[in-house]
Amino acid sequence: MAQKTYAGVTVELTDEGYLVDKTQWNKEMAVDIAQENDITLTAKHFAVIEFLRDKVAKGETLTIRAIGKSGIVDIKGFYELFPGAPLKLATKISGLSKPVSCV
Amino acid sequence: MKKIIIVGAGTAGTLMANKLRKALSVKDWSITIIDKYKIHYYQPGFLFIPFGTYSEKDVIKQKSQFIPSGVELLYADVDRIDGQNNQVILVDGKILDYDYLVIATGTQTRPDETPGLLGDNWYKNIFDFYTIEGALALHKFFESWQGGTLVVSITEIPFKCPVAPLEFVFLADAYFTKRGIRDKVKIIYTTPMSGAFTKPKATAFLGNLLKEKNIELVPDFYIEEVDSENKTVRSYDGREVAYDCLTVIPMNMGDEVIARSGLGDDMNYVATDKNTLRSIAFENIFVLGDATNIPASKAGSVAHFAGETLIGNMLDAINGRPLSHSFDGHANCYIETGFGKASLIDFNYETEPLSGTYPIPVIGPFSLLGNTRINHLGKLAFKTIYWEFLLKDRKLPVSDKMSMAGKEKN
Repeated sequence: MAQKTYAGVTVELTDEGYLVDKTQWNKEMAVDIAQENDITLTAKHFAVIEFLRDKVAKGETLTIRAIGKSGIVDIKGFYELFPGAPLKLATKISGLSKPVSCV
Repeated sequence: MKKIIIVGAGTAGTLMANKLRKALSVKDWSITIIDKYKIHYYQPGFLFIPFGTYSEKDVIKQKSQFIPSGVELLYADVDRIDGQNNQVILVDGKILDYDYLVIATGTQTRPDETPGLLGDNWYKNIFDFYTIEGALALHKFFESWQGGTLVVSITEIPFKCPVAPLEFVFLADAYFTKRGIRDKVKIIYTTPMSGAFTKPKATAFLGNLLKEKNIELVPDFYIEEVDSENKTVRSYDGREVAYDCLTVIPMNMGDEVIARSGLGDDMNYVATDKNTLRSIAFENIFVLGDATNIPASKAGSVAHFAGETLIGNMLDAINGRPLSHSFDGHANCYIETGFGKASLIDFNYETEPLSGTYPIPVIGPFSLLGNTRINHLGKLAFKTIYWEFLLKDRKLPVSDKMSMAGKEKN
């Protein structure tokens, strides 16, 4: 567990950097978390963030493939917005839990 | 006469046919199981074919051998399932009514879903080992191969038998070592996952084995396409891995019949309650095996353990009772590690693979997350257990629900 301050609010983070108390999340916080990961958020980023939060609120699982079919970005576009490990990065910035992969 | 139809006569369908026939009176219940194909493959055996340990005859039997008398085995192509009208419609137009339906249509490899896989080099230097054709073609290739870069790639999760790609590289390491050309073979393992496996303890154990065996792990590698002319596999983030031989675990999707029936998600898996195994869409449709979308591994052991829950719940449903049985997501898998040894993992929805002994505390005889010869013997013996016990629903001395007995909690 670690503590960080984003957008003036001190939050607890899991070992992997995800918000422990997800109710603390807001858009300003997202900007700071993104900045920490060398990303400047654009409207497109926020469209994806909204899509992810919406899906999770509905109880659906997040997969890169589903995001690619969202109509907001394709898979390549998703990788361009959140380089490296896009699903892990996007969920972190969106104030969501680390995606569960069940194999 | 009431009717039960089972669509699919693979592992799950066959074991349910046996369970249902035993549980229901022949006088009151007719049971029909439908499949397109006559051959039942022992799919865990495909892993051994590229390395010459098993041949084709070791993994083939007739489906009819495992269907009990009193169950009609119908070889037919299903066009779709009409859940609203409780009907199965065959491609030839015939309509079959049911009171209850079990969907057991499994999952299949879809190399057509990844650009560059199929084409001139498919089964020339690009292979899968998840089909009998692929496994046999790869065996032919390996027999005369003098070395180069072997890339083993997972396209997408989920896929059936999650440990098989790891087993494959472990066995490849042993195979080329025995042939005396291991120093001429570079083995690279690419996966869209962030590590060798998903949960921490198993990931650490398996990741260490990869390192020990000098197998390069390329994680977070989500394949966009295969450039078969230049022999490279490319990820969505622009990374490229060059190969001389590419062994791919293609995208796995459920059967197209599920799509045609309007019952599937974007990968053709049926929305299923993860505990009751009833389909979300229809009260009289149940789903077992790889065809479900439950967050358990797609593996024969899961179908076996879940089958116990399913028969209980189907009998509840038939007798007008609320569904009282709950599947805990139990799975267990042997993991061949090469040189006559294997590991074993045993887990469920709540509990990741832990160290310990299985099935009996201390005595075992199998070692969880260990690497032993006895585990390997267990893996080999499993073929007999599969044909003689599992498919025919003869009782095995292991519990269906995962047990913490013998497991090290930390």
